[in-house]
Amino acid sequence: MNTCVERLKNGIITENPTFVMMLGMCPTLAVTSSAMNGLGMGLTTTAVLILSNAFISLLRKVIPDKVRIPAFIVVVASFVTIIQLLLQAFIPALNSALGVYIPLIVVNCIILGRAEAYASKNPVIPSIFDGLGMGLGFTVGLTLIGICREVLGGGAIFGVQFIPEDFHITFFVLAPGAFLVLAFLTAAQNKLKMPSATNVAGGDSSMACGGNCAQCTGASCVANKGIIEAERVAAKAAKAQAAKEAAAKAKAAKEAAAAKAAEKKED
Amino acid sequence: MNIFVIMISSMLVSNVVLSQFLGICPFLGVSKKVETAAGMGAAVTFVITLASAITYPIYYFILEPLDLAYLETIAFILIIAALVQFVEMVLKKFMPPLYESLGVFLPLITTNCAVLGVAINNITNGCNFIESVLTGLFTALGFLVAIVILAAIRERIEYNDVPNSFKGTPIVLVTASLMAIAFCGFAGLV
Repeated sequence: MNTCVERLKNGIITENPTFVMMLGMCPTLAVTSSAMNGLGMGLTTTAVLILSNAFISLLRKVIPDKVRIPAFIVVVASFVTIIQLLLQAFIPALNSALGVYIPLIVVNCIILGRAEAYASKNPVIPSIFDGLGMGLGFTVGLTLIGICREVLGGGAIFGVQFIPEDFHITFFVLAPGAFLVLAFLTAAQNKLKMPSATNVAGGDSSMACGGNCAQCTGASCVANKGIIEAERVAAKAAKAQAAKEAAAKAKAAKEAAAAKAAEKKED
Repeated sequence: MNIFVIMISSMLVSNVVLSQFLGICPFLGVSKKVETAAGMGAAVTFVITLASAITYPIYYFILEPLDLAYLETIAFILIIAALVQFVEMVLKKFMPPLYESLGVFLPLITTNCAVLGVAINNITNGCNFIESVLTGLFTALGFLVAIVILAAIRERIEYNDVPNSFKGTPIVLVTASLMAIAFCGFAGLV
């Protein structure tokens, strides 16, 4: 039971996908024009995340290692299709508000990331709680950004208006406002020295993706991960070699000095 | 719909990154240098154009006649993943110089939501084959324009005195926001 509580806390606070890991930026920016849309997107993603984590965890001993990424993608895409059909049937308003971003949950790196990093290595129950925690963390992130934008741009929270229309800053509901709100939220995180993908060490590799694998577990990076690991090992080995050489040099110098001293003594 | 309208609307008015928010990850991640940004943009252009050309016949000649239209998400993502692998192999074998310059970006593209987004949007909007390919091409060129401009601005920001808490991602997001405002200016064109 402890692991389950720990997974929930990990997803919502320690490794919050929106604020700490900065994953899944496309839906984060696109659908947060109101708190309700943010909440809807978050819960939809949570449902897919729980189902795909559970299923992939069940299949973790069956799926061969080499084809695991395509296999994960098929599993995730199936669940996304199921959820999309359910939304079309039962919550058509949310379905039309989120539009193309529902099928795009397939390429949300949080889902493939959790499949690769957790569900493919752990039993079913903890994986389900991992999915639930991550999903709720994502929901909280999206809802908070949605509330910020809705209050500033529309003077309302969850559609309940409390600021008169003359004082609305429509800018925040439009596309540029999304970037600006996220910029100020991450800046506040940096200022308060809260953990975030933007202020940790590392991520200075010459790789195209920045090489910051601690934050990125998406499928695309699996290939690059090996290269970066190898680079790191090589760098370590080079460092050790250099240290060894330096030590040898120091030893040689010491010996030479000792020999000189001995020579002097003999003189 | 004439070519010019498609070009203006999908490249500038509804720019894929700045107003549709597709492909944000490479937009923020691969925009440190102009050369790498241009390489990424070129690779994305290549894959999106090909993907919109291939998903069209798959949808209208296989999925729709068999009443399997609801499988479009699964089918498209698999096609795109296979396509990226295939393009990588072809380039490696027949065009080594192009592979050298685009190769590192190709694996990153499978999970680029712009590719899947454009393919699905084409179907939703009921475009014909020519329109689909052109929309794909110009949307991707819009991505190229946006990422190259952002990279050029970031190269200059390197030498500026950015407030401490805005260093890194926040200043990039502020830049993107200003660019999005500029692109809003195209809204009345079409």
